[in-house]
Amino acid sequence: MTRRQLWQRFIAHLDRQLLLGIGLLMLTSLLVLYSADNASPDRPLSQLRNIIVALACMWVVANLPLHYLMRTAVPIYVLGMVLLIGVALFGEISHGARRWLNLGVMTIQPSELMKIGVPLMMAWYFEKHEATLTLKNYFIAALLLLLPIALIARQPDLGTSLLITASGFYVLFLAGLSWRVIGGLFVAGLASAPVMWSMMHDYQRRRILMLLDPSQDALGNGYHTIQATIAVGSGGLIGKGYLNGTQTHLDFLPERTTDFIFAVYAEEFGLLGNLILLAMYSFVVWRGFIITSHASTYFTRLMSGSITLTFATYAFVNIGMVSGILPVVGVPLPLISYGGTSMLTLLLGFGMLMSIETHKKLVRS
Amino acid sequence: MKKYVEFKNHQREIFHFQLRLVVSIGFVLVLLAILLVRFVYLQLVRHNYYQTLAESNRIAIVPIVPNRGLILDRNGVVLARNYSGYTLEINQNKTTDIEATINELSTLIEITPKDRKRFKKLLAESHDFQTLVIRNRLSDEEVARFAAQQYRFPAVEIKARLFRDYPFGAKTSHLIGYIGRINDADFAQLEDSDLAANYRGSDYIGKTGLEQSYESDLHGTTGIEQVEVDAGGRAVRMLSRTPPISGNTLILSIDAKLQEIAEQSFGNYRGALVAIDPNNGEVLAFVSKPGYDPNPFIDGIDTQSWDELNNSPDVPLNNRALRGQYPSGSTIKPFMALAGLNYHTRTPEQTISDPGVYYLPGSRRQYRDWKAGGHGSVNMFKAIQMSCDTYFYGLATELGIDNIFEFLSRFGFGKKTGIDLEGETSGLLPSQDWKMKRYQQIWYPGDTVSVGIGQGYSLVTPMQLAFATATLANNGVAYKPHLVKEVQSSRNSESRFIAQQPLYDLSIDPKQLDLVRRAMVAVTQPGGTAVYASLGAPYHIAGKTGTAQVVAMKQGEKYNAKNVDERLRDHAWFIAYAPAEKPQIALAVLVENGGHGGGTAAPIARKVMDYYLLGKVPKPLTEAEVKGAGEHD
Repeated sequence: MTRRQLWQRFIAHLDRQLLLGIGLLMLTSLLVLYSADNASPDRPLSQLRNIIVALACMWVVANLPLHYLMRTAVPIYVLGMVLLIGVALFGEISHGARRWLNLGVMTIQPSELMKIGVPLMMAWYFEKHEATLTLKNYFIAALLLLLPIALIARQPDLGTSLLITASGFYVLFLAGLSWRVIGGLFVAGLASAPVMWSMMHDYQRRRILMLLDPSQDALGNGYHTIQATIAVGSGGLIGKGYLNGTQTHLDFLPERTTDFIFAVYAEEFGLLGNLILLAMYSFVVWRGFIITSHASTYFTRLMSGSITLTFATYAFVNIGMVSGILPVVGVPLPLISYGGTSMLTLLLGFGMLMSIETHKKLVRS
Repeated sequence: MKKYVEFKNHQREIFHFQLRLVVSIGFVLVLLAILLVRFVYLQLVRHNYYQTLAESNRIAIVPIVPNRGLILDRNGVVLARNYSGYTLEINQNKTTDIEATINELSTLIEITPKDRKRFKKLLAESHDFQTLVIRNRLSDEEVARFAAQQYRFPAVEIKARLFRDYPFGAKTSHLIGYIGRINDADFAQLEDSDLAANYRGSDYIGKTGLEQSYESDLHGTTGIEQVEVDAGGRAVRMLSRTPPISGNTLILSIDAKLQEIAEQSFGNYRGALVAIDPNNGEVLAFVSKPGYDPNPFIDGIDTQSWDELNNSPDVPLNNRALRGQYPSGSTIKPFMALAGLNYHTRTPEQTISDPGVYYLPGSRRQYRDWKAGGHGSVNMFKAIQMSCDTYFYGLATELGIDNIFEFLSRFGFGKKTGIDLEGETSGLLPSQDWKMKRYQQIWYPGDTVSVGIGQGYSLVTPMQLAFATATLANNGVAYKPHLVKEVQSSRNSESRFIAQQPLYDLSIDPKQLDLVRRAMVAVTQPGGTAVYASLGAPYHIAGKTGTAQVVAMKQGEKYNAKNVDERLRDHAWFIAYAPAEKPQIALAVLVENGGHGGGTAAPIARKVMDYYLLGKVPKPLTEAEVKGAGEHD
């Protein structure tokens, strides 16, 4: 094989457009992290390592044939459930929440695994019963969703459980759950809100209350929202310029390399920068929808649709939370916030999208 | 068939899925729109608002305290100054156990029980987030020792500060006053007068004396430094600076050397002296004896020293010159004589016969002359010269209290002189109205008799008497007395001069004035009551002695200084001006329990005048002078 053939083989299962969108967002991540960490190269370099590892994993997943992918659904889901139960029983408590499981060699956060595991399992289940779908199947799929959600919500990790709920719901939705049931669920959700409220932890309630009036708790929970909103608003049309964000560089922004990194970006690049960022996200989401529309099997359609919609939801929830229209729920800005786990989870999803796109010809042929 | 159905299902399924996909895209577009609207709202519509918030977030305004203005005497001698030094201060918010911090600190740097007491007092009085001084005036060695161990004391800091210092100490205490820590009451007052902003960062404010009355000049304008701070409040860099403007310099009309001489001339006596330039109202010397050292007050005096000062029988904290109210005694006589001439009650030539005792018509109550047996045949001139009581008993009775009140008011009796110090008292010039209000009693003729010789209800302050004497010396043209001659602006070298114009002109008949003034000169000549005062003086002194009774004598009892407890002895007065022909200095001297005016008060006046007019520095006091060898009233 020539070097050129080898290269062709290497990139055969990579979707160039998707890779372009992801790459641009990752470059943005390195750029903003450099500023957010006060012009220190530590975070960007560390993030670059996360990116390389995640890209490698993505490449592997992209090259997996679809039936392999399907075959992993049940083991991942079961493993995830076991780990979640393990967390509930033996998990480590940090910041008042039991989210981590210490396996001796490493600590893992099983809820991250379930971000992939739940939609994968549900898509697999629908594929299995594709021919004879009845309401009962939707019910069982919903149960597959609710079991891990209950465990994650108990940890408590409201953000992750809501996002997994969303990804599972997208599967149900794309699988053709009737509009009447969706309407019913919506009404039921509204009706159960008071019950949910009573079940919430104090800090979760405070976060929601705080959203209505951040100034009420300006030094406590409201501080994050207030400072982030100030950062975004003071950015104006064209921003304060790269490395010139005062909110960022004078330490007013909390968690500015992770959950609140969007405030750094918006402060320094302004509304124009925000439009560019939204365009990049939209491009990735658009490509995801295109791949979904090409998808040849029920499983791949559900899976790619759910991954795409979940990705869009992540971005929306994070940006909405930073700009003060959603409660602070601890969701990172996809592909940009610092952090290896979320990068890995996201790129595993994109790897599946690429696999779905590039293996469909093989399936057809 | 089956294949067909499956195919159809498949088609339908694809169609349904595409439909759901379109809905999904719509959903994503809605999310996108929400974010866009939010961005436009935050970054365009509300941009200015958030811009301001971000600015105020990062910009801290740091006040820069101005240097307090200096106080100089008329010749440029420094009476209040600033010097830089180090203090050790405790930030009360950074430590939970202040006591433990101080104990640990005392192993490193000497902290006296006085320091601790003072600190406790400061702590009790402190408002909001002040740091409080535990030790003042650290030596260089102490600074170095603490700096090496600073890490052990997160709540303790060394501060370089300007200290206020009063080089003349007790000698000028009642004049200059002192500054002290701003307490809650001061703070409330500053807020009321909208001055709180200018006092941001200031720890001190004038508490008494000129430091208090000229506070607005002395304080200066606080500067502002805009610094960029991080969320922890640490300054990152300076953005702009408006320098502070130092306080204005006060140039007093006081002559420090004269003040010192006047102060020393009192020896161990308590009393007061006010010397005024009658031509312009400038106060040349202002003494209240004893004084106190104002320096410990600046950073809060410890309770023990405070109690000592406060409970001393000598009441050193009382400003006798400004607030002490005494019977004027015979020093009122020249003014009474002028009143008699003014209302034509008596002519200069008119004589009375003084048998040594005066009876109101139809009364058997005795009003004795100080001289047993009396002065014989007495006219107005002689009455002043020899201080004949009987003459003035009669004059007062003939004048009546209404005229006395009216005329003496013109000379400022019973009113504040308006000198530029706070807390002045107004003495007491009795009237019918006053007595009715005060005692719900009508005025009796007997009340008038005592007023005629400056006893009875009437009370004056040394300040008032000096002012009246100056007005008399200046032929009835009064100037408002003032200690500050000139306020020198620190911004430019322009000066503001205080009280250049006369207050009023009493328009006294020159002939009448001439008689009284000649008689006052005669007081210090042989045959007068204060011969000693002008002995050997190359200029003429016009004066009048006086004695203020501390205890009232019973009818028929004779006062004998030797039989009376020292503190119950009479107070001695002497008022004077010189040179008599063209007065340059007018003064009033009060010597508490000094006995006779000519004996104790007049020599003090003489020394002050000698220095002021001749530049003569008096020899140290002799034993005899200290005791006071007076002869008569």
